[in-house]
Amino acid sequence: MKTTALIAEDEPLLAQALRAELAAAWPELDVLATVADGRSAVRAALQLLPQVLFFDIRMPGQDGLAAAAELADAWPADEAPMPQLVFVTAYDEYAARAFDAQAIDYVLKPVQPERLRRTIARLQQALEPQRNGAAFNAEDALAGTLAQWRRVLAAAGGAGGLSGAGSAAPLKLIAASEAGSAGSTVRMVPIDEVLYFEAADKYVRVLTATREYLIRTPLKQLLPQLDAGVFWQVHRATVVRSDAIESVHRDEAGKQQLTLRGRTEKIPVSRLYAHLFKAM
Amino acid sequence: MSDTLSRNFSPHNLRHVLRHGISTAGFCCVIAVGLSVSGRGAWAPQFVYSLSIGLICWLVIDLGRLVLAGRAAKPWPQGWRGVALVIVGIAAGFLGGNVIGDAWTGKPLLEFLSFSRDKLASTVLITVVAGVVICYFYYSLGKSKYLEGEIALAQRDAADARLKLLETQLEPHMLFNTLANLRVLIATDPPRAVAMLDRLNSYLRVTLSGSRALAHPLAAEFQRLGDYLELMSVRMGPRLAYRLELPDDLREVPVPPLLLQPLVENAIRHGLEPKVDGGEIAIGARREGRRLVLEVCDTGVGLAIDPPGSTPRPDGGFGLSQVRERLATAYGEQDGLRLTAGPAGGTCATLQLPLSE
Repeated sequence: MKTTALIAEDEPLLAQALRAELAAAWPELDVLATVADGRSAVRAALQLLPQVLFFDIRMPGQDGLAAAAELADAWPADEAPMPQLVFVTAYDEYAARAFDAQAIDYVLKPVQPERLRRTIARLQQALEPQRNGAAFNAEDALAGTLAQWRRVLAAAGGAGGLSGAGSAAPLKLIAASEAGSAGSTVRMVPIDEVLYFEAADKYVRVLTATREYLIRTPLKQLLPQLDAGVFWQVHRATVVRSDAIESVHRDEAGKQQLTLRGRTEKIPVSRLYAHLFKAM
Repeated sequence: MSDTLSRNFSPHNLRHVLRHGISTAGFCCVIAVGLSVSGRGAWAPQFVYSLSIGLICWLVIDLGRLVLAGRAAKPWPQGWRGVALVIVGIAAGFLGGNVIGDAWTGKPLLEFLSFSRDKLASTVLITVVAGVVICYFYYSLGKSKYLEGEIALAQRDAADARLKLLETQLEPHMLFNTLANLRVLIATDPPRAVAMLDRLNSYLRVTLSGSRALAHPLAAEFQRLGDYLELMSVRMGPRLAYRLELPDDLREVPVPPLLLQPLVENAIRHGLEPKVDGGEIAIGARREGRRLVLEVCDTGVGLAIDPPGSTPRPDGGFGLSQVRERLATAYGEQDGLRLTAGPAGGTCATLQLPLSE
């Protein structure tokens, strides 16, 4: 049985090169398609359901990280096992250093055959249980793959080279403009009042039990400044106060949503973070 | 005012004042010895008069200049105030010094008023000449020290700017990505690989030497931009199209090397790279009266209109401010660069320079 893969890389020559190197080093690999941007990558992956994804991090439109995060939720896990995710990155990008530091496999541009062979060997090992189908527990496999995706995404998405994660004291106050005031009024919102943060287009919404504020700091820069024990990321766009979580429901489609004490709306939980709410 | 004073009365400046005082005293002693040797009286009173006059001059002028210098970078009052200070200082020294000398020798106060005209004239002359000479000496010494400092600072700034320019032009990401593409082409399309290598070669040559040359012809500028765009179009494939339009009569106009490069990089990085379908970059030159107009237009995602009060991107901004700075230093143009929304979406950067005939 052939292994299938999808390549997402915006530079045509480099995509061609990766394809050629993969063909040489892993003849049984069938590259189903090569796409050049993040949105096409999500579309093609959901349509072709490959077993391995090679995603470039820097891509136009939607980058590789956002594409992977979207795919994690949209993937039909009951139709096909979650694919193995490998990022493709240039040597000088932040992600490459983070991957090296955490011994996470990735493909370096330009492709180095020796490294690529190592990555392939590990991919083959990870895919082995699916291949022989013996004693294969789909749920454990999914949990394992999701854990690996979390690790890769966390390393690649780190605060973009901003060190000092966790070194600075957690934020106590958030200077935010009042929603609807068009930035004319800035409030100092005590962090203890914040129930959740939600990324929306160019802003991050800061919600308390009664009010809504806006800040311009991206979620991924905000996260390292929050107390990780108090605020949990539950979705690529949402960070919630953990002790305000009232309940977590799973709908028929298997999607989880949570509600917070003091708020009425239902907040979607990404599959990537569903492990936080597994019944003990 | 009080912090200006405390800045001017810094330990550094006060050390200078003390040094001036000591050498003034030395100079006074020389005058006193000269006067007593030439038979103008006993040496002791000459020392007292000379030192009293000299040191009062010194105190008034040297401390006065620190008070009056205000916020000026060099600790010397500008224009007529500097001249007035010297006159006042010498007058005060002459009167005060004579009073002290008269008191010490027990002569009637302001005895010089009864001097003969010759003696009065020579006493005043000695004081004025000595005062002016010392003041001028220290004024020019201080000025040349100040200028030396300024020059050192300017040289450091220039070196800094050159280094930054080089860093932006030789962005390692660009270089390594180009090499990665070259590696592919060597195996698949050797003639194209050779062409790409030639482009890289001439791009590197100008980048590495261009940051030192003052100007090159506009035709050379367009050729280097062509090299860069060709390298980028190998990388980006069909997502990057470009046009370079240079009228023949403008080919020889001198421009600072790689002046347009940051604008082209911006057009790619902020305009075309984020756009899924890519787009086109058009670079053009034209004459408008006595001015040269250069334009870099892209059909990319367009200017992000940030709400007021937002902080600029940490990586952005350097390219534009660098172009502005170069325009300001080369042509004194304060308003030579404009960014506007392009006619068909995207962004247009327009440069205006004076055309010297």
